[in-house]
Amino acid sequence: MNYGELLNYVAPEALVTLAALGVLLIDLTTMRGAEWSSRMRTAAWLTILGCAVALGAVVLAPAQTPPDYLSGTGMLALRPLTSMVKVVILALTLCTALITLESNFTDHIGEYFALMLLATAGMLFLVSTENLLLIFVSLELLSLCLYTMTAFNKENLASAEAALKYFLFGGMCAAFLLFGLSLLYGLTAELSLPRIAAKLNGARLDPLLVVAILMVVAGFGFKVAAVPFHLWAPDAYQGAPAPSAALIASGSKVASFFILAKVMMVGLGGVTGSGDWRGFAEGWVPVLALLAALSVVIGNLAAIGQRSVRRLLAYSAVAHAGYVLVGLLANQAADGMASVLFYVTTYALTSVGAFAVVAVVEERSRDDGLSAFAGLSRREPILSFCLMIFMLSLAGIPPLAGFFGKFYLFKAALFNHGPHPLGLLWLIVLALAMSAVSLYYYLQVLKQVFVMPSPEAAPAIRAQPASKVMLVALAGSILVLGCFPNLLLEHILAAIAAGF
Amino acid sequence: MLAWTIYISFLGAVALMALKPGDARGARLTALVTTLAGLACALGGALRFDPKGGLVTVAKASWVPALGLEYHLAVDGISLTLVVLTGLAAVAGVLFSWNVEMRTKEFFAFYLALIGAVYGVFLSFDLFLLFVFYELAIVPKYFLIAIWGSTKREYGAMKLALYSFVGSALVLIGLLAAYVLAGAHTFNLVELAKYPFPREFQMWAFPVVFVGFAILAGLWPFHTWAPTGHVAAPTAASMLLAGVIMKLGAYGCLRVAMVLFPAGLQDWASPFLGLGSWRDVFGALAVFGIVYGAMVALVQKDFKFVIGYSSVSHMGFVMLGLMTLTTIGLSGAVLQMFSHGIIAGLLFGVVGRMVYDRAHTRVLDELEPMRLNRAMPFAAFTFVVGGLASMGMPGFSGFVAELQVLIGAWKAFPTFAVLAGVGILIGVAYTLRAIQKAFFGPGPEELPVAMAGSFEAASDSGALVSVLPPLAIHAIAAPAELASGAGTGLSGGAGSPQAAPDGDSISTPERLGAALLMGTTLLLGIYPRLLLDWIVPAVQSPLFENVLKGGGR
Repeated sequence: MNYGELLNYVAPEALVTLAALGVLLIDLTTMRGAEWSSRMRTAAWLTILGCAVALGAVVLAPAQTPPDYLSGTGMLALRPLTSMVKVVILALTLCTALITLESNFTDHIGEYFALMLLATAGMLFLVSTENLLLIFVSLELLSLCLYTMTAFNKENLASAEAALKYFLFGGMCAAFLLFGLSLLYGLTAELSLPRIAAKLNGARLDPLLVVAILMVVAGFGFKVAAVPFHLWAPDAYQGAPAPSAALIASGSKVASFFILAKVMMVGLGGVTGSGDWRGFAEGWVPVLALLAALSVVIGNLAAIGQRSVRRLLAYSAVAHAGYVLVGLLANQAADGMASVLFYVTTYALTSVGAFAVVAVVEERSRDDGLSAFAGLSRREPILSFCLMIFMLSLAGIPPLAGFFGKFYLFKAALFNHGPHPLGLLWLIVLALAMSAVSLYYYLQVLKQVFVMPSPEAAPAIRAQPASKVMLVALAGSILVLGCFPNLLLEHILAAIAAGF
Repeated sequence: MLAWTIYISFLGAVALMALKPGDARGARLTALVTTLAGLACALGGALRFDPKGGLVTVAKASWVPALGLEYHLAVDGISLTLVVLTGLAAVAGVLFSWNVEMRTKEFFAFYLALIGAVYGVFLSFDLFLLFVFYELAIVPKYFLIAIWGSTKREYGAMKLALYSFVGSALVLIGLLAAYVLAGAHTFNLVELAKYPFPREFQMWAFPVVFVGFAILAGLWPFHTWAPTGHVAAPTAASMLLAGVIMKLGAYGCLRVAMVLFPAGLQDWASPFLGLGSWRDVFGALAVFGIVYGAMVALVQKDFKFVIGYSSVSHMGFVMLGLMTLTTIGLSGAVLQMFSHGIIAGLLFGVVGRMVYDRAHTRVLDELEPMRLNRAMPFAAFTFVVGGLASMGMPGFSGFVAELQVLIGAWKAFPTFAVLAGVGILIGVAYTLRAIQKAFFGPGPEELPVAMAGSFEAASDSGALVSVLPPLAIHAIAAPAELASGAGTGLSGGAGSPQAAPDGDSISTPERLGAALLMGTTLLLGIYPRLLLDWIVPAVQSPLFENVLKGGGR
């Protein structure tokens, strides 16, 4: 075994870790005496540089299959699909680093960025692996960094409370996940997803397997904030500093959904079952169908009464988790994975953009309530226009990416060649009805921004130029991907065709 | 050529955003140029259109090959009629909004985006593309009403947006189901129409998609957004809402619901409460809408509510015509779509722009003493012409359309035809009532001096000036640049009478807009074949074969 060779295969992760250590080192030594804003800027731009270099490493790396000792056990499953997801994750971390330029919540700058980069490393490992152990370890790396990042605002009691709730809930769900994964190992004596699938293929669904499935779903359901494992989300989204919340809402979701899809479709592909209206068959599909139904209903209904934009975004995240879970139920795995990836990518871009706008507004008005956004369109037209794109994409209004994403999710779930065509129509009807409800609360935000007059003593909102560039780029990409979804879709489909 | 109607509108909206914030004049001119260009493209395409040629593809490109989605624009006689309607309504709307001063460029940007989306719906023949444009129209409507509207505008805007979105959700359910059942490889309307969907599927898919579109078409009992929305909206938005947006719904009912699922119109296994098929159900609802809308309009106190409910009533004729499943009924329905679009635009233009902006009230009882026929003769003339057209007076387009619908209804459901006739009678009643109360009220014979005196007294006593004397109306300025020799701004209620003006203060853009609309309805009333030559061959095309056969029996 050649460590050099191994490092070659995990180059992006290694580069990100090096960046984390580098930022920490530079902040604690060279920038020791410097004033806060220059420390912040240096650390942020170093993080961005680190992400960019890692991105370059992913994109420019030649297509290679790791040797058997890595790919056989599923430790490292490097495929075009995983490279694509890594690119998305690194881009999202880059955007999160840009958001930190807008915020002022801590003196421990080096530590914060180091944690952010380590969380990113965790995400990158999470999407490259098919081994149960490594899935758990990287998930924990990601989660622990996120818990700490949530608590970083020491002056805000809500931040500490949010972090504690997130940690306690997450710790329990991680325990469930580990137990479920160990049951899977116990049933098959295998740690690698494809080999587990081979062992389970055609097996009867015995009670132990059912318990294992439920526990795994509980563990991953927490990460993606599906009902009933969503209770941490509103507080975490509201209490955490803006960049932490942005990373939780975007990068963590992308990685978690991807690995959930892999575990379910690849590992448990033999025991899918069916959630059709009159064609119930036992498996994980009915479980996820139930979770999806609960998430879209509870997420959308709870968001209606929210007065804080961050909590509104949290409940909307729960609802969107529901929509993505619908796509996972697809009969054709390629369609399912493609729709999930498309939606989660565009959703993450939208989330990060929305949180960026929230960060800017919060920083000046010290308040994330709806009223802080009043008259924003007259104060900051570019920011408002970008926010409009993000909110409407979340609501599923064409020609934005959110609409096409939802359409594809529903089509993937509905289209099956089985004996009950249109079997999952009940779920689609529910999801569409709730989606109609969601327009109400997104329009409430936009009403504040565009319709309401500015209050007299409104603080001037000024965003950093870098943030504006990022926001315009994000909004532009949502618009372009909505009008020409094929730009992203063909790459996703090609990557999926090259191997799951 | 016709595809440029869409592109020009969206380009215009983008160009408007690039203007300086305070530049109201530039915004108006840009908007006018854009809408005129759109109308020119529409008419140009119309001149080149050959009715015998069947469906003419305007643009076709692969959009998302993996899902079989295409960017497919095509036009037949029905689409062309409605595209021309949109062009005319758009130009008239801009002309009637010449006096918008607050956030002008944003107003026209949303307006042009809405117009572009509407053109897109009428030209799309790929159902996914049609749906994209259909939903795209919801957001500009919301902002137009919420920002520039009047009575209960935020409530009206949100109600409209949510009702429309729920309707779209219903439509999407049906479309998704149809698409998936047909193999999920195309959304092309013509091809999906040929696919033999199972009868049981069509029996539920048809009402779902039909109701989804009918919500926007103002079918009773899904019409409740319409009066609230029309009243809350600013003039141009009301004109578009009643004139064009409601037609989007009716067009969808015809083009999508009836063409895709004709078996849904067949008789049920057993009648239910005297109704034997979805056709009977929707025909009954349409007639109910005609009579109900008319009766409610008869008792309204607010001028704009009268017109709003009359829109519901007239759209009932469209839906009745659709349900007759005869050539004459269907072509009458399409002609009524065009005719009502023009007439509603005219009526809302008078009520919203000419009357409300000057009298500052829409309450009929308050308008009565103002004797607006003396104060604004042009407005009175326009409204009388519009009212006659709305009543269905021969010589105007409304007559031809309603006649055809009634003939078709007589063949299909005689009872409904009689009830619709009753609806027309009530229509005459409410229109004449509105004309009388708003314009020809029995005020005092003498004008300026007495009223100026009472005006001073009213303002001295600090009473809310709810009854502006006709003289003060002259003093309310039309937009400075284009006023035709009227007085200057209202001098803060000080009450010193201005000199008696010559000519009323209706500005040139309003006159042009009114002339455009009146001319169109008159032209079509005298020579309806202009449109019928397009519509009838389209209705008799293979696409509607199953529909005309009473549901493909």
